[in-house]
Amino acid sequence: MAYSDKVIDHYSNPRNVGSFAKDEENVGTGVVGAPECGDVMKLQLKISPEGVVEDARFKTFGCGSAIASSSFVTELVKGKTVDEVLEIRNTHIVQELSLPPVKIHCSVLAEDGIKAAIADWKKKRGQAEARPEAARAS
Amino acid sequence: MNGKGIYMDNHATTPLDPRVLEAMTPYLTEVFGNAASRSHGFGWQAEKAAEAGREQIARLIGAKAKEIIFTSGATESDNLAIKGVVEFYKDKGNHVITAATEHKAVLDTCKALERKGLATVTYLPVDTYGMVDPDAVRRAITDKTVLVSIMFANNEIGTVNPMAEIGAVTREKGVLFHSDATQGVGKLPVDVEAMHIDLLSMSAHKMYGPKGIGALYVRAKNPRVRLTPIIDGGGHERGFRSGTLNVPGIVGFGKACELCREGMADEAQRVLALRERLREGLFAKLDDIYLNGHPVHRLPGNLNVSFAYVEGESLLMGLNGSTHPIAVAESQPSIAVSSGSACTSATLEPSYVLKALGVGDELAHTSIRFGLGRFNTAEEVDYVTDRVAHEVRRLRDLSPLYEMAKEGIDLKSVEWQRS
Repeated sequence: MAYSDKVIDHYSNPRNVGSFAKDEENVGTGVVGAPECGDVMKLQLKISPEGVVEDARFKTFGCGSAIASSSFVTELVKGKTVDEVLEIRNTHIVQELSLPPVKIHCSVLAEDGIKAAIADWKKKRGQAEARPEAARAS
Repeated sequence: MNGKGIYMDNHATTPLDPRVLEAMTPYLTEVFGNAASRSHGFGWQAEKAAEAGREQIARLIGAKAKEIIFTSGATESDNLAIKGVVEFYKDKGNHVITAATEHKAVLDTCKALERKGLATVTYLPVDTYGMVDPDAVRRAITDKTVLVSIMFANNEIGTVNPMAEIGAVTREKGVLFHSDATQGVGKLPVDVEAMHIDLLSMSAHKMYGPKGIGALYVRAKNPRVRLTPIIDGGGHERGFRSGTLNVPGIVGFGKACELCREGMADEAQRVLALRERLREGLFAKLDDIYLNGHPVHRLPGNLNVSFAYVEGESLLMGLNGSTHPIAVAESQPSIAVSSGSACTSATLEPSYVLKALGVGDELAHTSIRFGLGRFNTAEEVDYVTDRVAHEVRRLRDLSPLYEMAKEGIDLKSVEWQRS
């Protein structure tokens, strides 16, 4: 299989590899995929109180295109607002990385991963906002 | 080791031995006659060369020259053996027995016969090493069984089946025994008499011969095996396979067989030593890796290993590096191996062979097949060991599964979000 230069570049020099502490309130974590399907992505976003993505990290078990897709989205989301991030579509990843049809699922997984991370952040934030309320009620 | 990289995919194909090329060359140039031309010297010379090749091939497997039928390769041989027997013996029965780990050339041929309603097929399971149980063959035979087709050695995991024991069962039961011996012939001793094999498929390019030439051994006596041909025409090859003989291919195939026969004992030992050097090196350097296939009863040159938490195709990509300008700049030789990962196949399913052994999909996705052969060196093995260990460590640093496992999370207890 011939890989595009961008896939090779992200595979060889992946950006933003690593992990944030999952329990930090400003961190959203998305883990998507399954080992028996051959790909698992963990995407983490550090989001400011204003809802801007300040930093991102990933770890991916999967083929070169899956690694490249997740590395690419961690770059893409930085500096974007949560609403802007939610507008990212997998087709954008497919285009940027010139993924062949058989690798489109890698881009879908990356899109799912950032959405899951934001959902996690929103859930945490909802709980954080809810907590003082609960405290008052008791 | 050379600029083109290191070739460790000798189950896919092997390089042509220079001595084979040398033997073939005159038959690609001055001796161009048609072996079926009976009226002049050009034809006689070609026929003589083809018959000499037939003799060399027969000798490697303990057969007689007239029992060798030339084909285009092992896939055609498998088709001819299975379809040919089912068609010819249709009045006797229509049941075929094979194994779940067979090559697609056998499995898809069986499935084609099932689809057409020409045969019912039993696909025997294998044990955790990929071995077929001769007693399971015995139990599967019915009064409708016309053929048992069991491979000599598996192309992915290298497991060698107990051929003589299976042959004893089929002989006792009066059922024909076919073996796709493509991976085993030339590497390990094959004897169609001792193993009671009635039909045997082989291919030249798996044993340092040319591509596009193979053979089917068809037993002539005790019992005499009959077949309905697939390719009709001029009645070549005793009517089993029409078509002008590929004389240069046959000469090369014959020479390849002769070289394998003469050097087998030494070569099997040398290649086995390289394989063990690779296995020991990898297991010493890396944790959480697993051998697939049988520890002892396997092809000398085969090593199939699952590198947990690292997807196979991503590892291949790292090993392949130097085909790309970025890696060329780092001047790392590329390493040619293959994977049982889904991502390397068109179907997106991981290896059905590993599945049949009971290897979980999550580990099947991480498997790499190393195929060592005649031209590999200890220096190459040492380089590959280091490079694989380096790439696996790098990819594990990227792997969320490795991180979770190291945190003590049981990956089987996690509720995964399948997309």
